[in-house]
Amino acid sequence: MAERIKASEKFKRDRVPMKEQDPKERIKNFNEVPYGYSFEEAIKEAQRCLQCKPPACVAGCPADVHVPEFIDKILDEDIEGAFKEIKLTNALPAICGRVCPQEEQCEGACIMNKKGKPIAIGRLERFVADWAREKGIIDEPPAEDSKVSKRVAIVGSGPAGLACAADLAKLGYDVTIFEALHKPGGVLVYGIPEFRLPKAIVQYEVDQIKKMGVKIYTDYVIGYIKTVDELVEEYDAVFLANGAGAPSFLHIPGENLNGVYSASEFLTRSNLMRAFDFPNYDTPLNVGKRVVVIGGGNVAMDAVRTAKRLGAEEAIIVYRRSRTEMPARAEEIEHAEAEGIQFELLTNPVKILGDENGNVKGLECMRMELGEPDESGRRRPVPIEGSNFVMDVDNVIVAIGQNANPIVARSATGVETNKWGYFIADEETGKTTHPKVWAGGDIVTGAATVILAVGAGKKAAKSIHETLSKQ
Amino acid sequence: MAKILKKEQWSDTIFSMLIEAKDVAKAAKPGQFIILIPREHGERVPLTIADSSVDEGWVQIVFQVVGKSTLELSRMSEGEELFSFVGPLGMPSEIEKFPGKVVMIGGGIGIAPIHPIAKKLKELGNHVVSIIGAKTADLLIMEDKIREASTEVIVATDDGSKGKKGFVNAVLEEFLATEAENVSKIWAIGPPIMMKVCTISAGKFNKPIIVSLNPIMVDGTGMCGACRVTVGGQTKFACVDGPEFDGALVDFDELMARQRQYKELEQKALELYKSKEGVA
Repeated sequence: MAERIKASEKFKRDRVPMKEQDPKERIKNFNEVPYGYSFEEAIKEAQRCLQCKPPACVAGCPADVHVPEFIDKILDEDIEGAFKEIKLTNALPAICGRVCPQEEQCEGACIMNKKGKPIAIGRLERFVADWAREKGIIDEPPAEDSKVSKRVAIVGSGPAGLACAADLAKLGYDVTIFEALHKPGGVLVYGIPEFRLPKAIVQYEVDQIKKMGVKIYTDYVIGYIKTVDELVEEYDAVFLANGAGAPSFLHIPGENLNGVYSASEFLTRSNLMRAFDFPNYDTPLNVGKRVVVIGGGNVAMDAVRTAKRLGAEEAIIVYRRSRTEMPARAEEIEHAEAEGIQFELLTNPVKILGDENGNVKGLECMRMELGEPDESGRRRPVPIEGSNFVMDVDNVIVAIGQNANPIVARSATGVETNKWGYFIADEETGKTTHPKVWAGGDIVTGAATVILAVGAGKKAAKSIHETLSKQ
Repeated sequence: MAKILKKEQWSDTIFSMLIEAKDVAKAAKPGQFIILIPREHGERVPLTIADSSVDEGWVQIVFQVVGKSTLELSRMSEGEELFSFVGPLGMPSEIEKFPGKVVMIGGGIGIAPIHPIAKKLKELGNHVVSIIGAKTADLLIMEDKIREASTEVIVATDDGSKGKKGFVNAVLEEFLATEAENVSKIWAIGPPIMMKVCTISAGKFNKPIIVSLNPIMVDGTGMCGACRVTVGGQTKFACVDGPEFDGALVDFDELMARQRQYKELEQKALELYKSKEGVA
């Protein structure tokens, strides 16, 4: 049992920092950047928790993780108990501990955040999950007598689909996930780079969900091989969690030149297809000396940091607003800066220039200034007349967001979409306009975060259970 | 799943395989394609479906060895399983009973994908004229199957070793010179340059022509945009908006430039594989 320290001492102490790979080294490899807490570091951080009642952190967590309880178990040095406490509500702790924007959720809500020193809940969650994985601690599959004869189909094995599957499997349902790609995990596998979320960890958490009895069919594109209408016939409930899944482009001249990528293509080639290990893996990726990534979100940071690791001498973010408006997590921007990523802020691309062979050679941009706030509340960028200039570049990667992929929706009779093609679903339950169909994650909200998708999957599972258990 | 049930070598570089894929065979419609990964470290290779059997649960693919992945695939044996096989993908061909005659043009390896379309057209009572061409008689594939699926067949080879001597677009022009008014629809599938010249030829007679595009793809489900093509001045994704488009609207030069994108890296991968495997 670790010592419980006095409240006054708790306020005095700072957050325990997490050790990281040196930036000079890490830009040469794809290994994970932060190392994670040691046992001693985890105890030291856990000691700072005030054990608030009611806990603000839990209210800030879309997965309702029992934060004070699991932190208290760490202090008991009962890490297995802490793991079981987390797993009661969250099937993907090693993933969430790494990629959740905790500063906007649990840690943002933490009382200690008033002093700018919130408990490092994400790091502790990661510590517990990694410890359990190394020790081989696994969830018990649901007991035979708890099995329910009802069947649920889930479209997509990303965070929303996996979270929904795990909760339903625990309740005894017969759950089948249909995944379009050849590996399960969705954005966790094709989108988020190895250095932020190692694929072995995703595979491990997916395997745990399979051990709960969930079946996953890969290489199975709903909308083509089977329609949603057919799933509705064959299953008692259907959860659509297929992700946003269609890249936006800028619609500026030169966008189809060789060397221009959507961030989705660039990252899918590197992450899912492992182009970073070409020619040991067959999928190629052309990365030149100067690479520009357009956009200011987490995906843009992932793409620019990947380009740096793939050998770009200069990897540059071009973003039309200022740093304050950048939607990426502060931690991601800081990591990128430490790695020597350059930022061309208040800069907007207007044209991509090519050579006679159809390859990118330059990017024409305009400087911007901030005007009045727009409907998003952020100050609107306004072009400065006559400020055009050309950057010499070899690659342009477009990371400006996603549109709704139509494949699933066009095979789903009676499931209404909004004018952008996203499914209309109740925020609290995930219910769509079809009585047997639920939807959640990016295909409802548009591109958002892993944890919001996890939350949507959990809400849908709860609502599906409420509906099916009444039948 | 995705076991190679049958493999045939049709020329030095052309192979046919029947792949066990019950659900894909059941769902597949003419004009659609599949994506496969030969072995675990492989890349995703899109191939148009040449034929399928619901009863026997297989899908036929026909491919030409051009790089590492197709070479590796060609060296796999009957009974082996592919690492990944997904389909059907893409929009099916729009097939109905058309008035007059329908012309199907297949060039080289492109003869394979016209087969299911011609077959379905004929089933619906269309008068199907197939023009199939290859460099030489040795490289002319699926002639018997095309004959079964067509009302008339015109064969052409570049060197005149079989049928008419010359390119398929010249044969098309010759045919349209006397038959244009009876032709209501034309499909052309083959290398981009062949589809480009066929489009020009059809244009001379003001005839609409459909082409099936084969750009580089990754996921094949509209997620990455690698396969973007310019059609009528707009960017389309060949995987989900196509693969078939109105030939007159397609920017073929851009398509060809985009296909050359990874030439150097592809060559490197091929040479490495050959030296590792001891293949000439």
